[in-house]
Formats: sequence, C-alpha cells, structure tokens
Amino acid sequence: MTLSQTSRPSSAEGRLANDGGGNRSRRRPAGRPSGGSIAGFIAPGLVLFSCFVLLPVAFAAYVGFYRWNGLGGIPTDFIGLDNYRNILSDSVFIGDLGRSAIIIVLSLAVQLPLAFALAMLLHQRFPGRTVFRLLFFVPYVLTEAVTAILFGLVFSPRQGFADQLLAAVGIDAEIGWLSDRSIVLYVVFGVLTWKFFGFHMILFLAGRQNIPDELYEAAAIDGATGAQSFRRITLPLMGPTIRITIFLSIIGVVQLFDLVWVLTQGGPFHASETMAITMYDQGFQRNQVGYASALSIVMFLLSLIFALFYQRFVLKRDLQGAITGNAGNQGGRS
Amino acid sequence: MKVASPRQRLLRNTWFYVAAFLTTAFVATPILFALFGGFKDNQQLRDNALGLPNPWNTENYTDVLAASTFWRQLANSVGIALATTFIVVMAAAMVAFVFARYAFRGREVLFMLFATGMMFPFAVAVLPLFVILRTMGMLNSPLGVILPQAAFGLPLTIIILRSFFRAIPAEVEEAAVIDGAGPWRFFTTIMLPMARPALATVSVLALVNSWNSFLLPLVVLQESQWWTLPIGATRFSGQFSTDTAKVLAFVMLAMLPALIFYAFAERHLISGLTAGSTKG
Repeated sequence: MTLSQTSRPSSAEGRLANDGGGNRSRRRPAGRPSGGSIAGFIAPGLVLFSCFVLLPVAFAAYVGFYRWNGLGGIPTDFIGLDNYRNILSDSVFIGDLGRSAIIIVLSLAVQLPLAFALAMLLHQRFPGRTVFRLLFFVPYVLTEAVTAILFGLVFSPRQGFADQLLAAVGIDAEIGWLSDRSIVLYVVFGVLTWKFFGFHMILFLAGRQNIPDELYEAAAIDGATGAQSFRRITLPLMGPTIRITIFLSIIGVVQLFDLVWVLTQGGPFHASETMAITMYDQGFQRNQVGYASALSIVMFLLSLIFALFYQRFVLKRDLQGAITGNAGNQGGRS
Repeated sequence: MKVASPRQRLLRNTWFYVAAFLTTAFVATPILFALFGGFKDNQQLRDNALGLPNPWNTENYTDVLAASTFWRQLANSVGIALATTFIVVMAAAMVAFVFARYAFRGREVLFMLFATGMMFPFAVAVLPLFVILRTMGMLNSPLGVILPQAAFGLPLTIIILRSFFRAIPAEVEEAAVIDGAGPWRFFTTIMLPMARPALATVSVLALVNSWNSFLLPLVVLQESQWWTLPIGATRFSGQFSTDTAKVLAFVMLAMLPALIFYAFAERHLISGLTAGSTKG
C-alpha cells in the first residue's frame, strides 16, 4: 500500500483523494490505497491533460477578448466581444458555415448511403468478400495530408489523371477541378468520400453483424419478403449505428483541415474554405491571434452545442450519455 | 430469405461483383496512379497517364530512397508516434485503473473533466497551444508534438481502458491483496498484463493518430530536421511541383508504411478505429 514514488500530491488532489477507499468501496476488499497513492496514479495524466488541453482552451477563451498579434508576453488590448461580433459579420466565416452545411448534407445524402449499401453488400456471403472489405478500408488508413497531395496531382490541369481520363473517352474540356470556384467544393467532397466511406462502411458492417440471424429466419418463416425484413428488422436495429455515424460525420466537418488545406488551401477565393482553415489563416498567417482564438472558441461552442443537443435528443436511448460512458450506473452513489 | 435457386444465386452474385468491382476501381485508381506514375518519367505521364509505364523507370523511387530526408522523416514519424503512444497509454492506464477500481471523493468530477476533453476538437487548441509551446521553448522540438498529442489522446484512452479494468473480477484483486500486493504492484504485475488486448487496441489508435497528425507538426516543427512524413511530403510536393513523377513516387513511399501496417495488423487496426469512434 505504500508507494514510495508517488507522494507530492497537489493540495487539491490530496483533498480529493483523502477519504478514498474508506468505507465507500463496498465491492473492493482490503488493500485500499492511501489518498497519496491514488493521487500518484492520477497525477501524470492530470498534469499532462491540464497543461496541453485545459490550459490552451482556457487561454483561447481569454485571448478571444483581446486584439492581439500574438507577439510579446500577454495581450493587453481588451476589446470585449468585438472579435465575436466581427466573426458573425465576417463573410468568410458565414461562408464557412454554408460550405460546412453543404458538405454535411452531401455526406448524409451520398456518402453514408453509399457506405451503408456497401456494408449490406459485404454482409452477404459470396466468394472474395473479405478481400473487398480489406480493399475498401484502404483509403481510411492513409494519411489525410498525403492523400491530398495525391489528389492534387489527380486533379491537376491537363496532365492530371482526371483530365487525361476524360480526354481518353473523348471529352476534351479542360475542367478546373480545383481552380473553378463553382465546382471545387464538390471535388473536395468527392475526395472526402473516397477517404472516409470505408470507415462508415466498417461501422455499418459491425452494426449489421450484431443483428442475430434468428430474427431473419423467424421473419422468413412468417413469409416476410427480403424488402420487408430489411425495413422491419435491419433498419430499426441498425438505428444506433446509423445515429452514431451521422454524429461522427457532422462533428468531423467542424474540424476538417488537413485534407482541404493541402488540396486547395481553402481556395480559390475561399470557395473550399472550412472553419479550421479560416482559423489557421487568421492565426498563423495574418497574426490575428485574438480574432483566431475567438474563432476557435466559436468552433468549440458549435461542436459542444451540437454534441449536447444530439446526445440529449437523438442518442439518448442508445448511449445513456456517451460522454460519461456508463458512469451513471456506478459513479456518484458508490 | 428463401433458399435461392442456383440461377438466382448466380444472378445475385453477378450484381454483387459488379458493385464490388466498381467500388474497387474507385478506391484503387488513385493509388495505382501513384504507384505506376512513380515508375514513369514526366514525358510518359503527359502522353500516357492511364496506361502502364513503358519503359519501367525506377529512378524516381531510387532517388527518393537514396536521399537521407525521406529516411529521416520516416524515423521522425516513427519516433514521435512511439513516444506519444507510450506516454498516453501509460498515463491513461494509471488514471483508468484508479477510476475503475477505487472509490474516492471527486472521482466522478475528475472523470467528467477528462471525458469532456473529447469535446475539444484539436483545431480549437492548436493556436493557443502554439503560443504556450513558444513560451515554454518547445517549438522545433519533437516534445512539442509528443506531449500535446498524448494529452489529447488521454480522454478516449482512459474511457476504453476504464471499462476494461472494471470488467476484471474483484476476486483477482482479493487474491493479490492477500498475497500482500499494494496498488502499484497489483497494477503493474496483474492488471497491465491482463489488459493486453485493450492496451493493444488503444496503442494502435494512438499510433495511427500520431502517424497521421498534420496540423500540430505543421505549426510546431518548423525546422526540416524534425519534419514528419506528412509535413515532409507536402514540402516535397511544393519543392518538386514540376516533377510530378517524383512527387508520385514520394507519395507512394509515404503511404507504404501505413499499408504494410494495415496488411499485418488489420484486425487490431479496424477494431481499434471503430472502438475509438463509437465510444466517443
């Protein structure tokens, strides 16, 4: 029970851990650790987490109230909510929201159904399906930034693969895949689909495999057609998986950066810019650190509000609060 | 779900294969473009982007492999990934262990604190992180990438490991306590070895995340000696923007380690990545 190397709890941790064990751990037999040793187990993780997750986020919240170029000590030019007001009237940011919405809608309308259909396909027994499953997941394994370089060359003008392919079938139009403002976002979406459909497919496949065959057998005995089984068994029982997948798709769009940045840098003329790119551009390239920090906080609030809303109203039955895992069953009352 | 006649099954399978091969073409074409493109020269790429290389030209690949930068960047990527994984898994295992096995005041508050970390998209923290790392003098140091990555990996790793540690029966602990083991010995000699499958899962997650990481190394590692492969690849493609064939060779070689890892650890990788996201 003595832990030589774990003393030095900070006062707060010491207090937290002090009555640890005690009479509270009914399930746990003797050998209760002292408060100090509990603090010792937690300290490395907590220090790491505080320094590199909590502190930066708190710092962003603070800097968001200042005009600051990021240089020299701490910011001094307090401007209250001005950064936030400017964000809400910034046409680039408003555009980011619109583009994010387009990508989300396309993901839900194209990418997820594609992944779902392929998962249903791979659930059937036919020779070679393992190989196909392996193949379809390959894009997800590749690094986003490297994938983006590759697609930059696929879509490069004239000698790129895409233009050459069109030329080979007799279409000689030079399409500005990445330079035409009206189509670049859809090209980016196509690359995103290539990169991520395999991931959603694997989630769907796992969800489908969790449905017991007996249900389908019973339905078949009752004379259900394939379409009926699909509508009455597959879809409802895949509900939790589908809802999680939608959640991941939407939340992923808020942080979309690597792939788009390397592929288009958000251009041309912001036509494929995302919130994270706007933040990077303002913070690292224009030294508007205060403004970009406020933008970070807006991104955070958007994800937080969406996540809480989604969990409260959509995932509630499935998860009982994903954030806390199943803490509710055991925590607090112990 | 009636038993299908052989003819029906043949028809059904035909449609399956049509769909499967179309998807395969969609997935494989860009990768094959890189693979074969690397074996062409730029003249061939212009005249014959679609076909096989003729003649096969190994110069692009050998040039990249002969340059020390590629190997240096590969080593940086591997080193940073291993260090990140080691730190996040050890720190998270210790936290998850006491969260799972001991009751103490503040446990739920602390757990909530870690768990809300899942809500911070990394992009939110990168700018203040940059300022903080600059103040701490950790720019241009691999530690400036390793420690934040490990910190951001903590929430998910803790959540996964906690549920695993919880599932280990209390009798195991009783036996250890009767044998005189304290929490630390119980943790290191019994819990960690028993948790190997879960540790493998979270390690794979941490490795892959670090390997793919781009934004943080982009802002932290400004000197070329510490560039990781994703950073190096983007710089390389900028530097050799007119030499498409060579960039394709570099891209292909940069993708290769992940593909090899996937080929050997496919099961771990898929279960890790799916566990990672569904628990979130």
